[in-house]
Amino acid sequence: MSQLSERKYIILGVFILVAIAFIIRLFFIQVIDDSYKLDARNQSFRYNTEFPVRGYIYDRKHKLLVYNEAAYDLMVLPKEVKDLDTADFCKLLDITKVEFLKKMKKAVLAPNSPRKESVFEKQLSPQDYASLQERLYRFRGFKVQSRTLRKYPMKIAAHLLGYIGEADKERTEIDPYYNEGDYIGISGMEKTYEKALRGKKGLHIMMVDVNNREKGSYMNGLYDTMAQSGKSLMSTLDADLQLYGEQLMQNKIGSIVAIEPSTGEILALVSSPSYDPNLLVGRARNKNFSKLYLDTVRVPLFNRATMASYPPGSTFKLVESLIGQQEGVLTTETRYPCAAGYAPLGGHPKCEVHPSPLALYDAIGHSCNSYFSYVFKSIIENKKYSNMYKAFEAWRNIALSFNIGRKTNSDLANELRGNIPSIKYYDRVFGKGSWKASTVISLGIGQAEMGITPLQNANVVTIIANKGWYYIPHIVKEIDSNPNDTTLKRFKVKQNTMITDTTIYNNVIEGMSHVTESGTAHLLKIEGVEYCAKTGTAENPHGRDHSVFVAFAPKQNPKIAIAVLVENAGWGASWAGPIATLMMEKYLNGKIVRKELEEKMMTSDLINQPKYVKPQKKK
Amino acid sequence: MERSKNNSIFSDVDWFTVLLYLLLITMGWLNIYSAVYNEDHHVITDMTQKYGKQLLWIGTSLLIALIILIIDEKFYTAFAYLLYGIVLIACILVPFLGREVKGSRSWFRFGDFGIQPAEFMKFAANLAIAKFLSNQFIKIADYRNTIITLIIIGVPFLVIKVLQDETGLAIVFVAFIFTLYREGLSVNYLLLGFLAIVLFILALLVNNFYLFVIIGSLCILASLFIRRNAKNLFMVALIGLIACGMVKGTSTVYEHLEAHQKVRIDVLLGRGTVNLKKEGYNVNQAKIAIGSGGLLGKGYLNGTQTKYDFVPEQDTDFIFCTVGEEWGFVGSSLVILLELTLIIRLVFMAERQRSAFSRIYGYGVASILFFHLTINVGMTIGLAPVIGIPLPFFSYGGSSLWSFTILLFIFIKLDSHRLAILR
Repeated sequence: MSQLSERKYIILGVFILVAIAFIIRLFFIQVIDDSYKLDARNQSFRYNTEFPVRGYIYDRKHKLLVYNEAAYDLMVLPKEVKDLDTADFCKLLDITKVEFLKKMKKAVLAPNSPRKESVFEKQLSPQDYASLQERLYRFRGFKVQSRTLRKYPMKIAAHLLGYIGEADKERTEIDPYYNEGDYIGISGMEKTYEKALRGKKGLHIMMVDVNNREKGSYMNGLYDTMAQSGKSLMSTLDADLQLYGEQLMQNKIGSIVAIEPSTGEILALVSSPSYDPNLLVGRARNKNFSKLYLDTVRVPLFNRATMASYPPGSTFKLVESLIGQQEGVLTTETRYPCAAGYAPLGGHPKCEVHPSPLALYDAIGHSCNSYFSYVFKSIIENKKYSNMYKAFEAWRNIALSFNIGRKTNSDLANELRGNIPSIKYYDRVFGKGSWKASTVISLGIGQAEMGITPLQNANVVTIIANKGWYYIPHIVKEIDSNPNDTTLKRFKVKQNTMITDTTIYNNVIEGMSHVTESGTAHLLKIEGVEYCAKTGTAENPHGRDHSVFVAFAPKQNPKIAIAVLVENAGWGASWAGPIATLMMEKYLNGKIVRKELEEKMMTSDLINQPKYVKPQKKK
Repeated sequence: MERSKNNSIFSDVDWFTVLLYLLLITMGWLNIYSAVYNEDHHVITDMTQKYGKQLLWIGTSLLIALIILIIDEKFYTAFAYLLYGIVLIACILVPFLGREVKGSRSWFRFGDFGIQPAEFMKFAANLAIAKFLSNQFIKIADYRNTIITLIIIGVPFLVIKVLQDETGLAIVFVAFIFTLYREGLSVNYLLLGFLAIVLFILALLVNNFYLFVIIGSLCILASLFIRRNAKNLFMVALIGLIACGMVKGTSTVYEHLEAHQKVRIDVLLGRGTVNLKKEGYNVNQAKIAIGSGGLLGKGYLNGTQTKYDFVPEQDTDFIFCTVGEEWGFVGSSLVILLELTLIIRLVFMAERQRSAFSRIYGYGVASILFFHLTINVGMTIGLAPVIGIPLPFFSYGGSSLWSFTILLFIFIKLDSHRLAILR
């Protein structure tokens, strides 16, 4: 018996060992392994996102440009769908039975699940919603979730305002703020000011049971956050001017950029052809987007004002005049001959017949190609520099300081740099030391490899109007009624060019006056306003020349600087000029006297029925 | 006179055990409240809810415990076989007389409440075994007595398993192996049992052919190292053959199991791909609930996995999940340690008995509790197959609580008379 009683130790040993094994196992799954905690959270928590209201956008006079309209997504929780009157339901939603089954299947299959709520029908119209809401109680398992849609009451400035779309996987991987399907600004101001506009999402943690029914707030909302509405933006845009510009540019390809010189605020920025921003909203977005995207003739989604680089053409002669004076090779009395062209190179570049020789004012007024070829040559062969390379570099640096060939760093979503060719570039093309002023003479008249965006061109005019300085062009004035928001700080810093002497500018401005008084734009008058301008005809190797016009007004104390470019329209004074002067007239006078011209500009169709015959070359 | 009689009933009661019992049933009750907690019925005594009913079961259990302590201890020895017979007959009759509830044929129903006679088979069989083995002329080592003992255990096992189809209630009788071992059952039986378990698992995990080859090689290897006389070689060959038979038998038995039982074994052994939405759901959810409890748990009534029905049967067989989730590692370890303390206490109490009957009965109680604890907790943490078996004193249910109470208090009663003359 005593031997058998020893067996109690074995028995106790087994009991204790099993208990220890269990406790060790518990330690592993409860304390060491975190995956069960995650699984539990995934199963029993539902993270309800509270989407904030996206900020509104106003123009400079508090006119509403963008607001939100409620939209409703119809959500389905397939597991709860019971006793559904499918026929009635389909009729209500205006879908076929086949479509219904397809949608249901999508809601059940991965990544969705019968126990997970997913979108059955996106963005119902308010009408559909109203009729559905009344009868929703009859359709178990379906519910409506509200979302907000962007609305554009004035249907203008599509490129500027941009649009929002759903964040894709790539985005959600970079920025954990976004979940797939969240709205995010994709272009324009919606993109650049996304952070201000979007506000902050709220999160409500709800507990759910095994059937996905909500069981109340987790920890009474201790970890919940409230959504914060997006901030409103006040744009620098003048909605009326913008609308007017878009009307003028109807059926023309090109752009208008108007800037208030004293502030750098963009008053209007038109890229034509444009589109109604409301097209890229809601259920029809994808369909409309591909339609716009596939329109390769008109390319309406392309923002020409900031994304298209054109040779500046004769408008560059203004900068040329400034550099020449700065470099000491040009005065108002400098005269050069013109033999219907630049004689040293056999009459190239060509020029129109006009009195010769001309001094600076008239050279600008008549846009003499020969004159500015001489000026360019004198700058490049300036004795001040030990060699041509240094002179060229000096010329280029000054031009760069006018933000030509360099991004303006504005708050517009996409901006092209433009181009001023470098020494390196010409060395590569012609060989080191094998090129000189005459080789690249067309740079002097803003042709050749030179490229400038309409925005940059408007900024150049702004600099001339300001006599040497500018503020970075920008489209937003105030964020949440605060003009001193940190994101706007860089627009309050005065930018200086390499030319600061105001007399140099005064001389060029005088030349620009000659343009409007007796020069290439003498037919274009604005009642009661003395303005300064420069016409241009940008040579276009692919077709008809582009009509360019830059101007500012009034001459004293300028209020508006403008650059207009109409593609394939020929003379600067025939299309770009009238449009630019009408814009200034509208902005400064508030009403248009030249009704006939206005009518002509608004109704002419340069895309479909070109009425225009190619002119002889004249700048 | 009255007073001294009272003294004689309670004076030698092992209060430590009673205290552990009260502690465990109270904890169990509070956990049932949390597991099925529902804001609409937050009163813990609400009789429409399981926690209200459990309170009723606890009350009646205490009454039963009192009655057991009052009844003369000779009653249990005298009527051991009779009680065994009565409960066995009830078990045989219930499939024919009882009302079928949710496919189960093991219940006698009285309105809202039900009784499972198979639960009471535990203490009845324990009494019968104690009665049989305590006969001083009986030695279990004698194979005839071994067979009789196995019949006492085997008949209720088969009745419950085959007639009532209650695997969980039947398999408990395996627990008596500890009692039998303590009373002198040959170690060879245990080793054979152990070998059987190992081979069972291997047979399901490893290709049978390889197992045969391995067993054969081991036998040849063994024969090289032992004295090669006829008897030894015969023994080696016999063991080898038995082993091979077990492997083959396992496969055959497995093939004949019902689908849900196969699946449970597959889940435990990780055979094939386990679908966590179907066959693997229970165990996976149980592990998630317990695992998410962390070190200190989510706090009382703050469980989400159990309260919101992710874990099935969270008030009965999976009650340990609520403990694990809301009280964390600390709480679940504490429950295991409390149960273990009770079991060890029972072993010590059994060993201090002068009467073989009391000792054998005491071991039976400890073994049954241990078996329940092992299977119940083991299945929730993936260490044992899923078998519907309650956690002693914790799981919701009248029959099981009454059963455990009777089982335990008969022993407490017997123990209180340990100093009396030999029975």
